Amino acid sequence: MKSLKAILILLLESLRDLMPIIVVIGFFQLAILQQPIPNFGEIALGIVFVVIGLTLFVQGLNMGLFPIGETMAYAFASKGSLFWLLMFAFALGFGTTVAEPALIAVAGEAATVAAVGNMIENSEASKDSYAFGLRITVAVSVGFAIMLGVFRIIKGWPIQYFIIGGYIGVVIMTVFAPKEIIGIAYDSGGVTTSTITVPLVTALGVGLASSIKGRNPMIDGFGLIAFASLTPMIFVMAYGMVV
Amino acid sequence: MIQIFIDLFFTIVHTIKDVLPIALIIFGFQFLVLRKPIKNLKKIITGFILVLLGLGFFLEGLEAALFPLGKLMAEQLTDPAFISASGSLENVQWWDYKWVYLFAFAIGFSTTIAEPSLLAVAIKANQVSAGSIGVWGLRIAVAIGVAIGISLGVFRIVTGTPLYWYIVTGYVFVVIQTLYAPRLIIALAYDSGGVTTSTVTVPLVAALGLGLASTVPGRSPLLDGFGLIAFASLFPIMSVMAYAQLSEWQVKRSKQPLK
Repeated sequence: MKSLKAILILLLESLRDLMPIIVVIGFFQLAILQQPIPNFGEIALGIVFVVIGLTLFVQGLNMGLFPIGETMAYAFASKGSLFWLLMFAFALGFGTTVAEPALIAVAGEAATVAAVGNMIENSEASKDSYAFGLRITVAVSVGFAIMLGVFRIIKGWPIQYFIIGGYIGVVIMTVFAPKEIIGIAYDSGGVTTSTITVPLVTALGVGLASSIKGRNPMIDGFGLIAFASLTPMIFVMAYGMVV
Repeated sequence: MIQIFIDLFFTIVHTIKDVLPIALIIFGFQFLVLRKPIKNLKKIITGFILVLLGLGFFLEGLEAALFPLGKLMAEQLTDPAFISASGSLENVQWWDYKWVYLFAFAIGFSTTIAEPSLLAVAIKANQVSAGSIGVWGLRIAVAIGVAIGISLGVFRIVTGTPLYWYIVTGYVFVVIQTLYAPRLIIALAYDSGGVTTSTVTVPLVAALGLGLASTVPGRSPLLDGFGLIAFASLFPIMSVMAYAQLSEWQVKRSKQPLK
């Protein structure tokens, strides 16, 4: 009985998280566009699904993703092998990005833009190889970013120097990169970090910072996601210049 | 009605496929490199299964309920017939798009509140800061940043100004703000730029950008439809630092009379 009440509270919390979207879409549909809500039953069922899904996700987060990220951070710290830790960081960044559906979509669009802009030949084969090359480029850049970010946590270097350096890199690349690729490059920073990668990488960073003496998890533990959203912008513009 | 359950099954299968490489990397390194038994392995695997099921339900629910309506709405709001009574966009000014800006702001804010990866980072930040960074405070700060970012991004598509002007100006602001922001918030603020745009926000915002870029005269959907995500990843950095600066200032002010 008690656990039933706890589950109900969790579901209500998820519903509350979802309320703003329901209100916004309802308001625009009824008041601005002045149209009825279509398929009411299906939409209601969909909202129930979203609420259940968000609740299960948060539970799984605390039971699975956070603990494994932290356990591995502690294990690598106590093993003391920097090489394997950096390899792991690279693999995590590369592996989670290369198959990311949002990235596959963006790479496809980029290939179309490149073909229209006469940067590559307008054929299926050359578009496919352009898109594939772009995906690998972004995945390598995210792997590199997580690796560099982990190295920064170990060394305890202040994050702002890296970010400002990255910004300068983006600005310089913007000057030289083909105009057509800039919008896609800027957007590529935002699409690389998926819903499963974010909790894992965050737990890894915070876990590392708390297991190394002299590091503050708040100051040093965060920042891996920031690296992973910055480097793809630079690498995608570089790809646009080289290919 | 039955279709949605069939779709749910396929969405879950798809999610498993997405998680497989991550699971392989984690367990591969665990067994080959670290070679230590994992504590509470059963609980962690249950957690992974919950995450998979949760994401499956979440995505399928969005796909069935909110995305079709939201995307249709973005198309209708950017439709020339809605923007001007005559249906012609020749004499339209940027403020004729007022409902589009409002929609961009509202949808940016509300989808960010429901974004699972932001929730994850907020929970972690709350634990690490021993409660001094509130889960809701952070989420609302980020959501305001995304809302402002997307409305400004929409304004850019309507006016046709170059993307990099805004982004580079934004960078300058971020750098200046970094000098004055409390040290504890800096890394978290930088992170919050990257977590805002995933499952919920991207599809709706992309529909909005595409709708605008293909209807506003002189814009091409291929070149001008991009850039909204970049706005949505930049502005939360500023709003989160502003949130920390504001709370620091408030604490200082409330302490003043005691001295």
